[in-house]
Amino acid sequence: MKTRIKRIIDRYHSDKGFLVPILQDVQKEYNYLNREALNLVSAFLEVPISQLYELGTFYKAFSLEPRGRHEMKLCTGTACHVRGVPLIKDNIERVLQIQSGETTDDLEFTFETVNCLGACALGPILVVDGEYHGNISISKTNKILKKLGKKVKIDEES
Amino acid sequence: MKKVKTPQELKSFQEEIQNNRDPQKPCITICAGTGCLTYGSQKLVDNFRAEVEKQNLNGKIEVRASGCHGFCERGPLVVINPQNIFYQRVGLDDAEEIIKETVLNGQIIDRLLYIDPVTREKILHEDEIPFYKRQMRLVFGMNGNIDPNSLEDYLAIGGYSALIKILNGMEPEAIIEEIKTAGLRGRGGGGFSMGLKWEATRNAPGLPKYIICNADEGDPGAYMDRSLLEGNPYLILEGMLIGAYAIGSNTGYIYVRNEYPLAVNNITIAVEKARNLGILGENILGSGFDFDVVIVRGGGAFVCGEETALIASIEGRSGEPRAKYVFPAERGLYNKPTNINNVETWANVPLIINKGAQWYRSIGTENSKGTKIFALVGKINNTGLVEVPMGITLREIVYDIGGGIPKGRKFKAVQVGGPSGGCIPESHLDLQVDFDALSKVGSMMGSGGLIVMDENSCMVDVAKYFIGFLLYESCGKCVPCREGLKQMHEILSNICQGHGEEGDVELLEEISDFMIEASLCALGGSAPNPVLSTIRYFRDEYKTHIFDKKCRAGVCRNLFEYFIDKNQCDGCTLCRKKCPEEAISGEKKEVHVIDPEKCINCGICFSLCKREAIRVR
Repeated sequence: MKTRIKRIIDRYHSDKGFLVPILQDVQKEYNYLNREALNLVSAFLEVPISQLYELGTFYKAFSLEPRGRHEMKLCTGTACHVRGVPLIKDNIERVLQIQSGETTDDLEFTFETVNCLGACALGPILVVDGEYHGNISISKTNKILKKLGKKVKIDEES
Repeated sequence: MKKVKTPQELKSFQEEIQNNRDPQKPCITICAGTGCLTYGSQKLVDNFRAEVEKQNLNGKIEVRASGCHGFCERGPLVVINPQNIFYQRVGLDDAEEIIKETVLNGQIIDRLLYIDPVTREKILHEDEIPFYKRQMRLVFGMNGNIDPNSLEDYLAIGGYSALIKILNGMEPEAIIEEIKTAGLRGRGGGGFSMGLKWEATRNAPGLPKYIICNADEGDPGAYMDRSLLEGNPYLILEGMLIGAYAIGSNTGYIYVRNEYPLAVNNITIAVEKARNLGILGENILGSGFDFDVVIVRGGGAFVCGEETALIASIEGRSGEPRAKYVFPAERGLYNKPTNINNVETWANVPLIINKGAQWYRSIGTENSKGTKIFALVGKINNTGLVEVPMGITLREIVYDIGGGIPKGRKFKAVQVGGPSGGCIPESHLDLQVDFDALSKVGSMMGSGGLIVMDENSCMVDVAKYFIGFLLYESCGKCVPCREGLKQMHEILSNICQGHGEEGDVELLEEISDFMIEASLCALGGSAPNPVLSTIRYFRDEYKTHIFDKKCRAGVCRNLFEYFIDKNQCDGCTLCRKKCPEEAISGEKKEVHVIDPEKCINCGICFSLCKREAIRVR
């Protein structure tokens, strides 16, 4: 881990001004900001660990918890909101049995909402593992979840 | 690419490229902005390239993946030049047919043409489509003509002419004067004169001086900055180069949202190529002027769009604003004089230098000059980015360009200016849009989000939505914003859940006044706008929620119930099968019934029913 962290910091010439991008790269490498990595960054750059936690909790891009294998981001921008995103959000939360911002216990899914993806023409939008799905509805999201291996109760014949 | 060392060399390089381009050569332009990419346009680009290869047409037909064209609603978009033929909703497998039929044989493929929803006529050319015809695409229009990763393309349309002009002996003071005369105001929200900001930064003591391009476009429902950065990054760089030269800065920052990966990618490539050509770096074009750009990715915080918070974020701290007793022009980044402007504002600069301040002044209204790009979204037929001259009416934007409300529903309000803006009702639709007129009706220009709402949108819910958004995004540094938003959100949530009480509206107004007076930054100071404007124009709707406990729009979960319209239901059983609470009963081919006791108003049946038989009361 030491060499990997060092490599990231070298990319920014150990410049403390680049703390945010450095943490972004650390997060990319380990999928979340784990304690050990943060300690290393703190030691290499000689910044207090509290400052790193300040950034880690302030910016939305960072997670201090491990993230799921599949990342689902639901756009809750205004355009998507008026086109009915709240219902879709409730449905995903019901199916995955987590709230937005949480990860399922089996580390399969992380579900979160984002404020605007800037593709309002296609709203409501769901991004699954980096892939955009436009004009989604409750049944479309259930299909996507099913494809990713989630048992979707309400989609079964009763 | 060889380095150019003087303005003349750049000029001849530009002319060489222009002369080598044959305007009659067929060119297939595929929109590859984020909207069209979502429809799969990258695959379409690949298919076109493969097809050209297959038919041995290399060098005879050009295939260009361009930035956003704006008409996201009809994507993927393909424009075939020189005829300017416009195809929309192009299928991923249509590449072969388009090349064979249209490009080689001049045949039009009927099914891909745009149909005017009013006249039902098919329209052949891009510039004849009402959506485009009523616009004035001075800044944004270039997107369609260039591949954002090709510096040559930008030079071919006359790019960097403004840079050549200033380095051929225009004095920095003269440039600032030109921008001041043009009356260019900041497009990011504040609407402050760009020329005055430049002048203040130039005259402020202290070195080095910095310039910043604010591309932290956080407003939900606005994406023009992203599309400019994605589609025409060289234009932004040219604007920044001119600004840096005029101000006397050697370092610029572009602070871009990490949620916009394509924009980050394209601007990074553009900076790299500009360095290779010698228009970024040391001694640019032999003028003795050094300038380079650093790209900083944001961490995902709305408040970082506020300039002092953005500066804190670049410095590696959490993005909390500071009180602006001293403006960034005097003490900004690392406490040095700093000029900060939004993407769209920078994009206007080369235009003014090329065509002159007087020309620019001829567009727009008394105190708002030039054009503005709006993101026309929500309940509107033609969703997309529209660039219009200041002074156009909202009605023209919504109905003539936007094509009105889908499904023949009734217009209710348009929300202008993002979370800090306000809702404007139908009675003000003939308002001429500019900075001052919008403020007068309780809204603001903001970044230019224009969200249309119809009769199915609940205004109390919209206010709650924006306050909820701002509550989440408030940095928490000052009390009025942090606590005020929390209280407002609680009151609004109560109203939406049916627990509203007499006096709630007045209390909301009181908190709003206090927040406007006492908040530290513009985020808190303008946060009450969505609440105040909805109360101002839709007070009755608040009253219905509070006293009648009803939400007529069918949005607030506890204040309405679903029922099945007997005359519409054909007993398809779809809703019964999908209901998670088993609240729906009924035999096949017979009218179904919802049991209100079991129903949780989840809306699944409402969104599923193909006959619109599920209704709200």
